Amino acid sequence: MMAGLMKMRRGTVTPYSQFVAGMRGVVPMAIGAIPFALIFGALAVSEGGLSIWATSGLSLFVFAGSAQFIAVNLLSQGTGLIPIVLTTLIVNMRHVLYSASLAPYMKHLPKRWLLPLSFWLTDETYATVINVWQDTNHDRSHQAWYHLGNAVAMYTNWNLWTLLGALFGSQLPNIEQWGMDFALVVTFISIVVPMLVTRPMLICALVAGGVSLVTYGMPHNLGLLIAATAAIAVGYSVETRLQPAAASRPVPDTGSQVWQLDQKHE
Amino acid sequence: MNEILLIVGMAVVTFAVRYLPLLMLGRFDLPISVTRALRYVAVAVLTAIAVPYMFYRDGVLSISHTNSYLVVGLAAVVIGFRSKNPSVTIIVGMALFVAYRFLLTALPV
Repeated sequence: MMAGLMKMRRGTVTPYSQFVAGMRGVVPMAIGAIPFALIFGALAVSEGGLSIWATSGLSLFVFAGSAQFIAVNLLSQGTGLIPIVLTTLIVNMRHVLYSASLAPYMKHLPKRWLLPLSFWLTDETYATVINVWQDTNHDRSHQAWYHLGNAVAMYTNWNLWTLLGALFGSQLPNIEQWGMDFALVVTFISIVVPMLVTRPMLICALVAGGVSLVTYGMPHNLGLLIAATAAIAVGYSVETRLQPAAASRPVPDTGSQVWQLDQKHE
Repeated sequence: MNEILLIVGMAVVTFAVRYLPLLMLGRFDLPISVTRALRYVAVAVLTAIAVPYMFYRDGVLSISHTNSYLVVGLAAVVIGFRSKNPSVTIIVGMALFVAYRFLLTALPV
């Protein structure tokens, strides 16, 4: 991977500049993830009873923040291996949606790209790269480099702060009660709100929020899957209702902008 | 608990849900309706994670000015609509959160 990267860097400037642009693009989200990685590192050792190696191992090889948190919580309750792995599967089912939504844009990529980019798929990376993939003004290979830079920055950041949390968490008592986890809320708000430029998107968000509140108590974060699925269905059906012509037009397009253009035509 | 088995088990299922849809769906063209519907994924999933996080504290619905996640979260939504800039929303939102939590402890209402 590194050899290929260095070769590309020497050969042409553009992939490298896209890689750096991808890293830059995710900086605010990476900063928002820092408290979470710190708290995870600290709790995995103190509550989950994991070694520092296993704590870092989870961030290095699983790399799924919310699943890692839930695993630590289950470990602290003495839950066994199989239920933890099954819970991880259910909590991460939302990645099926991310992965499926990226598939049309990434189908041209060879496996040596698909494998690492899949492994590094997170909420933050998906939400920031999907806008770039949908922008038809970009060269596909450049979009892949942008995606790679974005993912590498999130991965490096998550692992660095996990390790620091695991090493020094014991010196920060009750770190989980400092309210640093608000960073997750504000990060997701900062990503979602600029996307709410069309009526279907706004309705989609309202349905997601409303259903998620009603289904909150369901086990294994199932409420999240139900709320997300309902919101996607409602958002899309509102779109087809309001604008039947656009519904038959293929993506890629920058959905929101096309929508605005169409409205002017009507 | 065997730590290596835990890491391997979680890693395998996580990678599977991230990779298999991309691998399988990339082989043919998805119906237009599906690709259009999938544009709602980010808004739907992220909202469904963030909203309960704001409204439920320690598993209990908390609609109160003492719930700083809710109060400052709503403020961050307003900031987001105004700025449209994630960096601004995150930095101002976090600063407001620290200030509001400080106010709540300094001025118990």
